[in-house]
Amino acid sequence: MGPLIPNGILTDEWNIIIAVLIGLAFGFILEASGFSSSRKLAGVFYGYDFAVLKVFFTAAVVSVIGLYYMDYLGWIEMGMLYVHPTYVWAAIIGGAIMGVGFVAGGFCPGTSLCAVAIGKLDAWIYVFGIMIGVFVFSEAYNVFEGLYNGSFLGNITLVDSFDIPASWIIFGVTVIALAAFFVSDIVRKRIKKVFY
Amino acid sequence: MDKASENNKHVYWNPYFGGFLLGLLIIFTFYMTGRGLGASGAMKSSVVTLVDKVSHEHTVNNGYYSKFVQGDESPMNTWLVFESLGVLAGAFISGSLSGRIGFRVQHSPKITSRRRLVFALTGGVLFGLGAQIARGCTSGAALSGMAVLSTGGFITMLAIFGTAYLFAYFFRKNWI
Repeated sequence: MGPLIPNGILTDEWNIIIAVLIGLAFGFILEASGFSSSRKLAGVFYGYDFAVLKVFFTAAVVSVIGLYYMDYLGWIEMGMLYVHPTYVWAAIIGGAIMGVGFVAGGFCPGTSLCAVAIGKLDAWIYVFGIMIGVFVFSEAYNVFEGLYNGSFLGNITLVDSFDIPASWIIFGVTVIALAAFFVSDIVRKRIKKVFY
Repeated sequence: MDKASENNKHVYWNPYFGGFLLGLLIIFTFYMTGRGLGASGAMKSSVVTLVDKVSHEHTVNNGYYSKFVQGDESPMNTWLVFESLGVLAGAFISGSLSGRIGFRVQHSPKITSRRRLVFALTGGVLFGLGAQIARGCTSGAALSGMAVLSTGGFITMLAIFGTAYLFAYFFRKNWI
């Protein structure tokens, strides 16, 4: 019955080994999908390459359907899984700042690590930038503290927020993802190709 | 390098295949650890460790750093740091198999390397700052959040992509 380590089925020592193995697979999948190329990643914002949209939403839909099925079958206990907490304004403002950083730098942290691994020097600089960003936030924590800890709604899910069953939400997310895939293919055909 | 592998440089996986495997990996991660994936956490730990090395007193007195330094344990001894080391190795293996390894600055032919690096640095600073405010990046907050239907995860995802589309016009010269 999962999750295995929090339930004590696997001992804590496995945590580190599993961390490295999961990281290996994560890095391999991202790099093989082309996420070590900033020009490929940025394509999603200009309509010449929708790999980010397709990989990201396929992964989101597969994982949410899979986890809820495993919960239904009794293989995993949904209530024990860590739900990213909701701090409304921190999520909106933090997300907005990340959005500008994404289109300016062409990476997000995970993809930049993949690009670092294959020798992209722009990614090395980008990671250095992330560290400066973390440093700035920490040193000016007093300024951000209100935003960081404010508008806290708890570790809630969309089921709590909208008060409709998870199955309907998952169905809705899946339909939106499929529609986005369909539209993205139409858009890409109309946009001038960019070679990179 | 022979011509075949030269031609294969830009051949990536089908995005739906990559996304499917990534989805399975997220399920496996939750099944094993009860938590999702992450990336920016390792960079945060690195910063905390560096600052702690320079002045332990400063990290203990700072409201944010002090959350991550406990006793004698190194702030580097976290799950996400080990996971990120794995990411570096995994990406290196994939890149090696496809002949994509090499030191270079990748940028549009319309801009200089210097301009690309300046924008990469700026983008990194912003992403690092935003990821701290939102308690996670595209991996930890958005993707892993969405896998368990976290409201915050969905808000973060919409904010990241929504803003990036809004601002894409101003950065277009760098990419197209």
